[in-house]
Amino acid sequence: MAVLTSASTNPPAAPNGNAEVFIELRDLHKRFGSQEILCGIDLKLYHGETLCIIGPSGEGKTVTMKHIIGLIRPDAGDVFVAGMHVNRLREREMAPIRQKVSMLFQGAALFDRMTVEENVAFPLWESGVRDRKEIKQRVLEALEAVDLAEHLDKYPTSLSGGMRKRTGIARAIICRNECILYDEPNSGLDPIGSDIIDQMVLRMQRRFGVTSIIVTHDMRSIFKIANRVAMLYRGKIHFLGTPDELRASSDPIVQNFINGRSDVTG
Amino acid sequence: MDSPSGMLALPGRTFLHFLVYLGQLTALMGELMIAVRSGVWRLRLVAQQIVAIGYGSQAVVIVTGAFTGAVFTFQSYAKFKDFGFETTVGAVVSVALCRELGPVLAGLMVAGRVGAAMAADIGTMKVTEQVDALRVMGVHPVDYLVLPRFLAMMISMPFLVAESISFGLIASYLVTSFGYDMPSAWYLTHMLDHTNMEDLSIGMIKGFVFGMLITLISCHQGLAAENGAVGVGLGTTRAVVISSLVLLIVNFFLSILLNYVFPIGSA
Repeated sequence: MAVLTSASTNPPAAPNGNAEVFIELRDLHKRFGSQEILCGIDLKLYHGETLCIIGPSGEGKTVTMKHIIGLIRPDAGDVFVAGMHVNRLREREMAPIRQKVSMLFQGAALFDRMTVEENVAFPLWESGVRDRKEIKQRVLEALEAVDLAEHLDKYPTSLSGGMRKRTGIARAIICRNECILYDEPNSGLDPIGSDIIDQMVLRMQRRFGVTSIIVTHDMRSIFKIANRVAMLYRGKIHFLGTPDELRASSDPIVQNFINGRSDVTG
Repeated sequence: MDSPSGMLALPGRTFLHFLVYLGQLTALMGELMIAVRSGVWRLRLVAQQIVAIGYGSQAVVIVTGAFTGAVFTFQSYAKFKDFGFETTVGAVVSVALCRELGPVLAGLMVAGRVGAAMAADIGTMKVTEQVDALRVMGVHPVDYLVLPRFLAMMISMPFLVAESISFGLIASYLVTSFGYDMPSAWYLTHMLDHTNMEDLSIGMIKGFVFGMLITLISCHQGLAAENGAVGVGLGTTRAVVISSLVLLIVNFFLSILLNYVFPIGSA
């Protein structure tokens, strides 16, 4: 099948015995009302690794990601990022985590009142960079990476969904954080736009050793960029392994998911 | 039929929700104080908010103040005339506008106009994850969204109250002078004799306190918004209703307190 072609482009950043753990989730539990979303997630992410998180909708992929950056606190369990115990930090103590980790939101979360340029420059300005020439140059670099350099003066409302998402990515990469979390970066993008994002993730990993976690449903992307894949199912990690192992898995739940087969019969 | 414990459950739950709400407001105030102490005030945002809050609310406040002054004068003049006290209308209207009507009506109008805008603005940012995006970039939402609005409100509100009082007095003066042919000297003399700095101070202090309450309540509703557009609408409505009610209740207690500090008719 086309989506299961060989992962020949994947960079060799898969974990080995000596790799340093960058992010660790230990027995993570989270409940919203009566619904238990996460029922004991254990996961380690290594420096420079690209991990794709897959799974049916509503299984807690985004919730897991938001725990990592401290947007959501777990009911039980622990989150460690670069050795820091995230869920023991107060909101105002999160700055060191957020200097290391940035995030692309599913809907891009661009600021409506700012232009594309101002949106992308915002994290730089807030991190204390005041040299306007440097800011302009880095904004252009980030926007060129996502093929949006010609849209500096536009407001988010006048951008297409894909352009908004790419602007969000430019904003997420501009500070050159050690780790970037992407929440469905390819959703709503055409195949070429999707490939631009994939190439950018690969480039960030190869050039700067950026660690990435990508929540996605795009199987083509997964086999192109992931070092490892984690599949969430019923609040737990149902599968964790390389894309090749995912492809070779005989687990019917995994196979149904990657081949897009539902249990519902007509 | 509900059991006795079931009948107690509703008021109990309401009281608990009230306590939780007070706790959340106190926590927001605490965060705000930390933000104030941090010294990072983002003066550009403060200036933008002054334009939106102060400059943008002038028309509403001026019209409210002017027509309140006019109608208050129109109604009281006739009754005062029955007792032969019509020359004191200026004094009564002036003291009432300075101590109560000016700040309360300006406060209510600002709660409706600015409080709703604050809650809708921040609420929309909350449900579209823009507030989370701020947090991810290491910017505390209270520092970026609440503090500039708070400072702008502190600066704008006393001016708005002063405008409301001033235009109320001008309208009152015009009604007595042109509507009832009362010599302007009588109006002005009584007004100036019986209105003092303490009366004006009360108006300004109330404006300041109301501004603080409107910002706190409205920003809290925005930051607490959930469930998309419905949640934003609900938060906006609540911001206006709660701000207005709190303002009226606090005004009563503030009047009693300030009357101890600045007794009426002490001049």
